Amino acid sequence: MSDKKIVVDGLTKSFFSNQGALPVINGVSFSVDDGEFVAIVGPSGCGKSTLMNIIAGFERQDFGWVKVDGVERVGPSAKGIMISQHGSVFPWLTVQQNLIFGLKGNGHGDKGALAKHYAAMVGLKGFEAAYPHELSGGMLKRVELARALVVKPEILYMDEPFSALDALTSLRMRTELQRILDEERHTVLLITHDVEEAIYMADSIIALSPRPTTIRNTFRVSLPHPRKISSPEAQGLREAILRELGL
Amino acid sequence: MRASSATLTKIVPPTVVILLLIAMWWIVVVKNDSAIFPTPWQVVAGIFELGQDGTLAEHIGASLFRVGTGFGLAFLVAVPLGLWMGWVSGAFRTLNPIFQMLRPISPIAWIPIAILWFGVGDLSPIFLIFISSVFPMIVQTTAGVHMIDRRYLRAAANFGVSRWVLFSRVVIPAVLPEIIVGIRIGIGVAWLVVVAAEMIALRSGLGYLIIDSRNAGNRYDLVIASMIIIGAIGLLLDGTTRLLERLKTVKWRYVR
Repeated sequence: MSDKKIVVDGLTKSFFSNQGALPVINGVSFSVDDGEFVAIVGPSGCGKSTLMNIIAGFERQDFGWVKVDGVERVGPSAKGIMISQHGSVFPWLTVQQNLIFGLKGNGHGDKGALAKHYAAMVGLKGFEAAYPHELSGGMLKRVELARALVVKPEILYMDEPFSALDALTSLRMRTELQRILDEERHTVLLITHDVEEAIYMADSIIALSPRPTTIRNTFRVSLPHPRKISSPEAQGLREAILRELGL
Repeated sequence: MRASSATLTKIVPPTVVILLLIAMWWIVVVKNDSAIFPTPWQVVAGIFELGQDGTLAEHIGASLFRVGTGFGLAFLVAVPLGLWMGWVSGAFRTLNPIFQMLRPISPIAWIPIAILWFGVGDLSPIFLIFISSVFPMIVQTTAGVHMIDRRYLRAAANFGVSRWVLFSRVVIPAVLPEIIVGIRIGIGVAWLVVVAAEMIALRSGLGYLIIDSRNAGNRYDLVIASMIIIGAIGLLLDGTTRLLERLKTVKWRYVR
């Protein structure tokens, strides 16, 4: 119990409309160890994002519960920062202002130095005074990542973080994220439809069924980093996961 | 070279149209041998005449003072009220129907009430300008709050920032572009209304100048001169408020 960072038990969620109830999540249970990287893959529209929103505290489940560090989660907190597909970098603030946004009070020492440290870590050096609309999609993702890292969250919730980027930038961001995670051990929950992305980074991969979603299978990835997607082990794993997803 | 030809294509066509209109106006007046309707040249002479004895500056000053005061008060009321109505759904449900009902009433319809309450001094037009510009600014500000993308509010909630940071760093900057639109609409109607109000009750201002010129021996050269000055000042007011769109913190709204 003590080394379980996140415990999800029996999560169930339905959306209600005029046509009646639409069950989205049908009893999902799993746990994430401290410092573990867990990827969740599933067919599109299966309720992955809803699942993530519930775990991060933005939406409420119908049944079941989520515990973080043994405490039941009731709403969002700075302990776990969400990074989503469309991003939420504030367009009216400069990069620097975005980076220090989450820092409260004086408990963080020199805010400027902290922001500078993480700007350098994600490769934003020299862009501190720029506004988001002056940056490319890849640079914006770096801002979002740095803004999250500045508050030193214990958990990163990543919901298809790189899927709005072009393929090349997405690959580069994947490598960069891996490098950053080697420096700062975060617990990561990643939602993706990209099986290779999951294999490249995750310690463990959960495959979901179509809606209403349940867990089909869980795969351990014990390949050493940096991983090669073209290796036979990775390819074998990829095929096993794709088969689980019905492909 | 290219830049200068671009500005040329921007300036030349409207200038040609204006010159053609002036030429047509001139020809029609001369052909008809009108005793009352002035030629463009008489209007230009009229503007000079008004400018020379200093009355023009006085009238412009009077009108601008009323617009500035009425609009300023409306701004101070509308922005906090609009933010509140946008943020608190109970406030929106309670107040929105009343404002939606008051909004389509022409400010001109308020003139009798303005005279009854405030007499024929400066307060009446200031009240009318307030009434005319406060509602569009409330509506724009409220809509601006409703339009804030949920992902930004979620991010703020995620970082667990204080209410003060939420408002000063997220809500107000997010609504600022809409507030600027409200300011433009507000100043536009305020300028329309001040002229109309001055035509009815007052002894100064550009609206009064028009009515007075007509009453004082059909000086239609001065009537048209005043109209052109009103148009020019209206354009200038709008141009000045448009400068707000260049603020660095609102640029995100205008680039795509």
